[in-house]
Amino acid sequence: MTQLALVIDLNVCVGCHACVTSCKEWNTSGAAGSLADFNPYDADPNGTFFNRVQTFEVGEFPNTQTVHFPKSCLHCEDPPCVPVCPTGASYKRPQDGIVLVDYDKCIGCKYCSWACPYGVRELDEQQQVMTKCTLCVDRINDQTLAERDRKPACVLACPTSARLFGDVHDADSEVSRAIRERGGYQLMPEWATNPANHYLPRRRTEVSAQPDQLVRADNPLKKDGQLPKPAPGEPSLDDVTSW
Amino acid sequence: MHPALSVIFFTTLAGAAQGLVLAMFAAEWASHRHWLGTLPDAAFYIGGGLVAAALAAGGLAASFLHLGRPERAWRAAAQWRTSWLSREVIVLPGFIVLALAYAGAHALARDESFAVGALAALAAIALFLCTGMIYACIRFLREWATALTPLNFTLLGCANGFTLAAALAGWLAPPQARFFAIGAVAFTVAGLIGRAAAWRRNARLAPKSTLQTALGIKHPRIEQRSQGFMGGSFNTKEFFHGRSEAALRGLRWLALGGGFALPLVLLAAALAMAAPAWALPAFALQYLGLLAERWLFFAEARHPQNLYYQRMA
Repeated sequence: MTQLALVIDLNVCVGCHACVTSCKEWNTSGAAGSLADFNPYDADPNGTFFNRVQTFEVGEFPNTQTVHFPKSCLHCEDPPCVPVCPTGASYKRPQDGIVLVDYDKCIGCKYCSWACPYGVRELDEQQQVMTKCTLCVDRINDQTLAERDRKPACVLACPTSARLFGDVHDADSEVSRAIRERGGYQLMPEWATNPANHYLPRRRTEVSAQPDQLVRADNPLKKDGQLPKPAPGEPSLDDVTSW
Repeated sequence: MHPALSVIFFTTLAGAAQGLVLAMFAAEWASHRHWLGTLPDAAFYIGGGLVAAALAAGGLAASFLHLGRPERAWRAAAQWRTSWLSREVIVLPGFIVLALAYAGAHALARDESFAVGALAALAAIALFLCTGMIYACIRFLREWATALTPLNFTLLGCANGFTLAAALAGWLAPPQARFFAIGAVAFTVAGLIGRAAAWRRNARLAPKSTLQTALGIKHPRIEQRSQGFMGGSFNTKEFFHGRSEAALRGLRWLALGGGFALPLVLLAAALAMAAPAWALPAFALQYLGLLAERWLFFAEARHPQNLYYQRMA
């Protein structure tokens, strides 16, 4: 069984919000109609977004890390928002595991948004139905698009490739490998929602060069040693100094 | 959570209607078992059934105001297998019909009135269960996820319904008014105990979700710097009540005084002075107090999504 999902690398995200704007652009111009926007260029702007990038500061000054945290529907494998829906408008597609809302059936009772611990469902103030991330379902299955474009808009927009997209049930997929090899984790595991989306943690950046790697140990052309060795801290230039 | 007036009015109006029907059937049952001298007049059952149906219909109308697309409300009956909200949508019209049928059975002096009353009472209890479970089944809203939620919906609805029955009986069935006033006192006291237990439980609840589990970052000190936008959103409106701690305290006193203390005093006066007219102001006060109680019920639930929306920028 396929379970499409995003894997978001917090080690790489720079917080540029390109995924936010590309998501809004694609989904507001898509077949499902526009997403509400109130006072977009005025005081107190308001509107529907499927994806947000939040920023958190971890640690105590001066030892802090700024973590940019993209947040959208996690397409839980056991989504608490689906069984509570009284109309069946909220459903999880069996063929690819995407959690979707049928906008034509939704009565706008907001119960599913209460039943989502992550706060990723938003009632659209204009359409008065519940909306959420669709993993760009109208994009990833569109056979008229080139193969490389059949990905969610946010994934294509990310300039640092912090967003990976694929089938987390396929053990050989890029996303499964990333989760396995880079410590991918789920949000709020305490509620057993089993989110399909995973996050990759921050990694410590270390210089792994050893001193012997900085010197040509074998020196086959006998280049090193012909010119004077610069003192540490002095610039070392080709053809002026050795080493 | 942001308390929605539509849902507050729906749950309190329907709760009073359900309590009234249960009070009416309790009298019939008690008279059946020869605990209550005579059955109240048919006029009481006709008036009570009509009032209950009107209150529940008012609640139904209020609940429509909660919907973004009320014209599609009929679809809400579809998922009764999994959704308590869907079950409520099915039981509520059934309850209204049965309350009217109960009035009709007494108007026509039919022998089936006891059976119809039993069905109406069952529907009232089922509706209390559905309404309570809508909230109690959301496991991460821990203030709601307890058996106290459906229990308190039932006790408070019965308290208000019995008080209303006492007021109606003062007018339409004075000999039995005492029975309903005693029931109202009992349910009001039981409701107070149940609500106090819920408040006590809420005060001791330690949140299961923290910023650490919400982000998956183990560090003990995490602070939000930006929620990703400068204006508002559905997330910042729907899940925050936005009132001060002082306002909440004030409403708590209103709920305690209006919902429990003053009605108990008035009902005690009605019983002591054999003046059932006192039950009418008791009902009105208690209804207002229960509006405040229901507002607090919603406001006191802390949704884990709020962890992501602690700071604008």
